[in-house]
Amino acid sequence: MSGRYKESIAAKIFITSCALFFIGLTVVLPLCTVFYFAFKDGFEVYINALTTKESISAIKLTLLVGVVALLLNSIFGIAIAWAIGKFDFAFKRWLVAVIDLPFTISPVIAGMVFILLFGGSGVFGELCRELDIKIVFSTTGIILATVFVTLPFVARSLISLMSTQGREEEEAAATLGAGFWVMFWKVTLPSIKWALLYGAVLCFARAIGDFGAVTVVAGPLRTVTIEIFDLYNEYKTAEAFAVASVLTMVALVALAAKKSIEKYHSLNRGER
Amino acid sequence: MKSFVLKKHSALPGFGVSLGFGLFYICLLILIPLAALAAQAVDGGFDSFLQSAFSERAIEAYKLSFGASFIAAFINAFFGFCISWVLARYEFFGKSILDALVDMPFALPTAVAGIALTTLYATDGLIGSLLDKVGIQGAFSYFGVVVALVFVGVPFTVRTLVPALKELPIEVEEAASTLGAKGYQIMFKVIIPAIWIAWVSGFVLSFARAVGEYGSVVFISGNLPFKTEIAPLIIVTKLEQYEYSQAASIALVMLFVSLFFLVLTDYLGRKLGNTGADR
Repeated sequence: MSGRYKESIAAKIFITSCALFFIGLTVVLPLCTVFYFAFKDGFEVYINALTTKESISAIKLTLLVGVVALLLNSIFGIAIAWAIGKFDFAFKRWLVAVIDLPFTISPVIAGMVFILLFGGSGVFGELCRELDIKIVFSTTGIILATVFVTLPFVARSLISLMSTQGREEEEAAATLGAGFWVMFWKVTLPSIKWALLYGAVLCFARAIGDFGAVTVVAGPLRTVTIEIFDLYNEYKTAEAFAVASVLTMVALVALAAKKSIEKYHSLNRGER
Repeated sequence: MKSFVLKKHSALPGFGVSLGFGLFYICLLILIPLAALAAQAVDGGFDSFLQSAFSERAIEAYKLSFGASFIAAFINAFFGFCISWVLARYEFFGKSILDALVDMPFALPTAVAGIALTTLYATDGLIGSLLDKVGIQGAFSYFGVVVALVFVGVPFTVRTLVPALKELPIEVEEAASTLGAKGYQIMFKVIIPAIWIAWVSGFVLSFARAVGEYGSVVFISGNLPFKTEIAPLIIVTKLEQYEYSQAASIALVMLFVSLFFLVLTDYLGRKLGNTGADR
């Protein structure tokens, strides 16, 4: 009669059916809906919806935005994680909290702040006009808004790993005369590569799926999510779901990647 | 007393450059933009800020946003407990699939979730038609807003509760049952007191996420002012009408709510024994 508390069979059945019912209703059913409606009118409609001029340019724009946001936030993530993970300094906890801010801020606000800064009547609006730079309602604005909402992912994943790793290995390398870059490439990077990939997967998935932030700054431009929104509002349900199914497949791949990194490289931090 | 040290000495290079770049990046992308938001909100004076931030329409929107988020977080807390219990204690075929499905709302773009849920819950949809028979309007109603917010909040409770349930020492439960405690007593007097901080922190995280949600709600809510208009949607509407100060006022209120949640989750995270970094 040792071990964990064993609930009765009835309780076991109740808990399990609640869990399965809930996941079935909230997650599995919507997933099935996406694929059902995407292929309902046949494969031809599906392919046509994905190969319209609008869809292709939306996919191109979204990929560009996703890649740029990923690159910028990876560089930032590595830099800030190096400072936070390997050094002790004042106000560190505050800094970590600020990095988390974009998670709690509504994506709509993430988009609007750049209108307030760079829009026609914004703080730097005059400057942008003089220099002839267009930020709001352009690709640059979309990238800025996306970078804002995806800023924490890589940083968070790396900070939690590098804080627990300690600095003995790097210190040994430095003592033996390795310069910064040699040390970084040969010692640090190999030890953080999975955490980096983990953060990168989450960052990219979130970047291409963002809607709230980009919808505010996009103007006439259409990312894939905006394309879905427009198609759905024009009652082109099959087309909307066809485009949505592509994003869903990317999300499924990202999820599989996330889970396998967690499993095989014992990373289960940096959620969200 | 511990003396205040700005930075401890270290043999490693690169501190100045990495922290400097990191701070520059954060200032450029987060702090300066948010300062611009605050400046815009109080641009026309404090009175006009209050007027736009707490107009009748805005207050109705806050009520909906906070009310529906609260209900959604509550539903997630209950079912999240069931899922966490199953994931932490049972071994069965396909467990890793269930585990992955829990994270789906993190990965699935909100716009995709939005159209899928709207289609399901509309009166001619699979669930909507069933609800219609019992007199509930699924989509374009308060109910619909809650449905979307439940979806986005699914992972939070599970992700905080599973580690807490796994870390619960076996001895405690053993001792309780050896001393003759009944099942419900072990549950309510031993297990729940040990995990409640994790539970509350999952609740707060899913609540906070729901309050700011836009993408999935905008499809299913119907967006009727005073009825099914959430706070982030008013911001978008005001921006489209070039009413920047009004939009910024409402956004500033939302921002303060976010900051409150950030402090609260940080506090709960520390009570759970984690540092802010590996929550």
